[in-house]
Amino acid sequence: MVRLEGVALHYLSAGRPGPEALRDLSFSIPEGGFRWLLGASGAGKSSLLRLLHLAVRPTRGRLAVFDTDVGRARRAELPALRRRIGMVFQDFRLLPHLSAFDNVALPLRIAGRTEPQVRADAQEMLRWVGLARRMAALPSQLSGGEQQRVAIARAVVGRPSLLLADEPTGNLDDGQAERLMLLLQEMNRLGATVVVATHNAALVARHPGPALRLAEGRLLGDD
Amino acid sequence: MTEHRRRRRPARFDDLGLRRALGDRMLPLLVAAMAFLAALALAGSAGAAALARHWQEGAAAALTVQVPADGTAGAAAVVAALLATPGIAAAQALTDADLAALLRPWLGDAGSAAGLHLPAVIAVRLAGDGPDLAALQTRLAALAPGTLVESHGVWVQRLAMLARSLEACAWLALGVVAAVAASVVAVATRAGLAARREAIEIVHGLGATDGYIARRFAGRATWLAGAGGLLGALAALPVLAALANLAAPFVATQGAAPLPPLKALPLLLVGGLPALPLGAAAIGFVTAQATVRAWLRRLS
Ligand SMILES: Nc1ncnc2c1ncn2[C@@H]1O[C@H](COP(=O)(O)OP(=O)(O)OP(=O)(O)O)[C@@H](O)[C@H]1O
Ligand SMILES: [Mg+2]
Repeated sequence: MVRLEGVALHYLSAGRPGPEALRDLSFSIPEGGFRWLLGASGAGKSSLLRLLHLAVRPTRGRLAVFDTDVGRARRAELPALRRRIGMVFQDFRLLPHLSAFDNVALPLRIAGRTEPQVRADAQEMLRWVGLARRMAALPSQLSGGEQQRVAIARAVVGRPSLLLADEPTGNLDDGQAERLMLLLQEMNRLGATVVVATHNAALVARHPGPALRLAEGRLLGDD
Repeated sequence: MTEHRRRRRPARFDDLGLRRALGDRMLPLLVAAMAFLAALALAGSAGAAALARHWQEGAAAALTVQVPADGTAGAAAVVAALLATPGIAAAQALTDADLAALLRPWLGDAGSAAGLHLPAVIAVRLAGDGPDLAALQTRLAALAPGTLVESHGVWVQRLAMLARSLEACAWLALGVVAAVAASVVAVATRAGLAARREAIEIVHGLGATDGYIARRFAGRATWLAGAGGLLGALAALPVLAALANLAAPFVATQGAAPLPPLKALPLLLVGGLPALPLGAAAIGFVTAQATVRAWLRRLS
């Protein structure tokens, strides 16, 4: 499902290659697998998720997602792959001018689903994250935790085969975090590959699972 | 198709927030100004074309022969000689009344009143290519000394060339106006892209194709440019009608009553004016598509 061989990534700063955010990463995640993604702030967790989300291509090495070599794929091949990936961004990335409902409906509309189906799925998803009565609210009218739940709903509404979550419990209380873990485990049980980046040690302790440990852009352990 | 689309995406669903990023004031107004200029250029081109055609049809096959006043007896002989020459369809001496009418704009009624010694003027229509003018001149001068043969052809050709150059300039102006309109759309689209960069990145990350994003922009740009084109064409209409009104006496066939102004608008304009909003819309669509697709290449 996901396979990295000697992958490196450096961001460009002022047009020139900047410091390497990720170095020599080699690991793979089987279809239907679950991984915690752990590491200190700045270790490169978000950068790795960005790679897996096909938002950036590796500077070096080989990255395969859905058995497609991302480094070599044509640009036109990537959108279809992205539509099979759900991503919860650390900073949510909701569209500020769209209601919670329209934000959640967006991936379905981009995928060209019919409007009745869009409505049914988006409403069900928003109900699931406890925002049934806030569907018409703009992101700016929602609390941080509510925005995070909209972001989560948007990531899973299209039933992605690969679900990436970047610090998805950062703004949630313990009850909501548990509920989110239930959702992620359910998606995983239904066949989705799930990667969750987090600092939340308590959450990891309550839900032990295999983890990718990053430090300064390198993989410390894959257990 | 439309029904299908509507079912897929609510008509008012503006995921990229373009209603604000591609505003509905500046772009349509600038395009309207361009369309107005384009209408004037079209009018210039149509007018020049009509004049060129008129001059060529009316006067290309004509000569004037002047016989000096003191040889009035010679005029009749010259007419007879002309009629006998192959390649000449008709030759007719203008009456004094005709001449006075021709000269009135310059001399007023003084011309006839003063009893000026006017030369006899013979209007000649050629058949086919006409006779050899140099030989004709020599022959007529021998018949009535001082006789001058003047071909309209040279002047008509020069005038027609001038008119055709004007027409070409008008088309050139039209091309420049279209290029400027495309630039205006490109600049507006780029501003919209910059203003909505984050939304575009998000939508791109959700798996939207370049085509999906370009369609959003192109849809809006098409509508705004088309509306601007319509505005410009409507604004140009009264101006063109007035111009056509002024031009009608020159273009109308002799003797016919002058046409009402809107009917006198040349065919090119009748077809060209409605084409302006369509052309503007097409420029908006193509430019926005190209601009957005080029910009999107920076995203992976
Ligand atoms: N867009 C960028 N341009 C340049 N450098 C970047 C960019 N994004 C991240 N970096 C750098 O890459 C390194 C890894 O950043 P990343 O965001 O992946 O860390 P992280 O593990 O997600 O941290 P956190 O837990 O704080 O979210 C950092 O040193 C950061 O400064
Ligand atoms: Mg991060």
